[in-house]
Amino acid sequence: MSVAEPRTFPFNPVDRLDIDPLYAELRATEPMTRIRMPYGGVGWLATRYEDVRAINADPRLSRSATRDRDDVPRMTRDENYRPSIINTDPPDHTRLRRLVAKAFTARRMEALRPRVQELVATAIDGMIAQGPPADLVAHLALPLPIGVICELLGVPYEDRDRFRAWSDAVLSTTALSPEEIQRAYHELGGYLAGLVARRREEPTDDLLGTLVVARDEGDRLSEEELVVFGITLLVAGHETTANQLGNFVYTLLTHPGQLDVLYRKPDLVPQAVEELLRFIPLGMGAGFPRIATEDVEIGGVTVRAGEAVFVSSISANRDSAVFDDPDRLDITRTDNAHLAFGHGVHHCLGAQLARLELAEALSAILARLPGLRLAAPEDELPWKIGLRVRGLRGLPVAWDTTGTGVGR
Amino acid sequence: MTNAPQDAAEGTWRVAVDRDVCIGSGMCASLDPAHFQLVDHKSSPVNELTDPSDDAVDAAENCPVEAILITDAATGETIAPSD
Repeated sequence: MSVAEPRTFPFNPVDRLDIDPLYAELRATEPMTRIRMPYGGVGWLATRYEDVRAINADPRLSRSATRDRDDVPRMTRDENYRPSIINTDPPDHTRLRRLVAKAFTARRMEALRPRVQELVATAIDGMIAQGPPADLVAHLALPLPIGVICELLGVPYEDRDRFRAWSDAVLSTTALSPEEIQRAYHELGGYLAGLVARRREEPTDDLLGTLVVARDEGDRLSEEELVVFGITLLVAGHETTANQLGNFVYTLLTHPGQLDVLYRKPDLVPQAVEELLRFIPLGMGAGFPRIATEDVEIGGVTVRAGEAVFVSSISANRDSAVFDDPDRLDITRTDNAHLAFGHGVHHCLGAQLARLELAEALSAILARLPGLRLAAPEDELPWKIGLRVRGLRGLPVAWDTTGTGVGR
Repeated sequence: MTNAPQDAAEGTWRVAVDRDVCIGSGMCASLDPAHFQLVDHKSSPVNELTDPSDDAVDAAENCPVEAILITDAATGETIAPSD
């Protein structure tokens, strides 16, 4: 294929958590490739680690500029062009990020650890009470992130069922009509506005309370920004972590040698989390577009001003220039500078929260569910089909109920 | 890296990155490449001492793991991050 002829994106259909072999080919022979997106035409796709990182860090490649165009190359027809933290450049981005960053510091996340441990313990209590087989997605992967978000936002206990129902509707995890989803969105927004109003009167030290009082040289988040942020937190923090937790356990169950190592050495959990983040292709697409504000040389090509650039973090995380034997899952891997959370000013705000949830969930599974195994044939597991993130709709597992020891 | 003068001039800041804490997010190096660079995937100050800089404060405030510490070189007082 000549460079002038863009490849149709997405490339070949992929199954489960497989990665299209075309990425390896592109990294070797055509690291900056032209792709025709489902909507909006043609852009560049970077597949090598160094290029992906450079693009993420380059201020000449603008997220804001995608809002100034009518027809940006993109994955889905309706992408959100309302200004938000994810499609804003510095210095505006810096102001927004700085206001919310205070709520997501490593220190704050550490303070949240005991509560995350409790939520995990409750979920696993439920699995043990029911006995094997049990659905790990229904018991743990879905309720954990939503429970943590309720905790962060300070949703009172008695409101949590309602909150969960709105969330499920907004995230379209249930079969609802567009009208029902829209109504849930409005109700959720109204509910969040109520939580914000209460915190204006009575300050709290939960995340929402922190955001309400967060100031930056007299600047503060508006009511609307706070509500939008609450919904962003829900969408960004729920779907990703819930799917990735199921993907983590599935990947370990299908790499039993690695799971054995982890049972024997649970101290490796933090390293295993990083390796699973690197190894598992959570996303399906090419991420968010950036628009070149001037001609930019990247990966041996000139991206012209006005052209769109995409990055494949999935491909970058399998680049043999950076990772030894990149297609091998190795939970003992060190110096694992993967790009699963992105890079640069848009590095995932919730990265430390995701790490906390994933590590605590894995640790508890290892400690309390010895001999974990699939309780259904692997080829019958129900995978989601969609353009956003990959994950399982259910993950039936069994474990050893005899014996008392930790491990197998 | 410049050598620290014996007596730092008034108003000079000291920039430090705890590389054991740094997760290599690239936040600081993207926001403020004049003061921060990635060395082996982790952040390092370009210079240990610097004149006061709003960009450097932004970088410290936005570090997701608060691995950056900016102090007044003369007094040791913390400039950023704020609590």
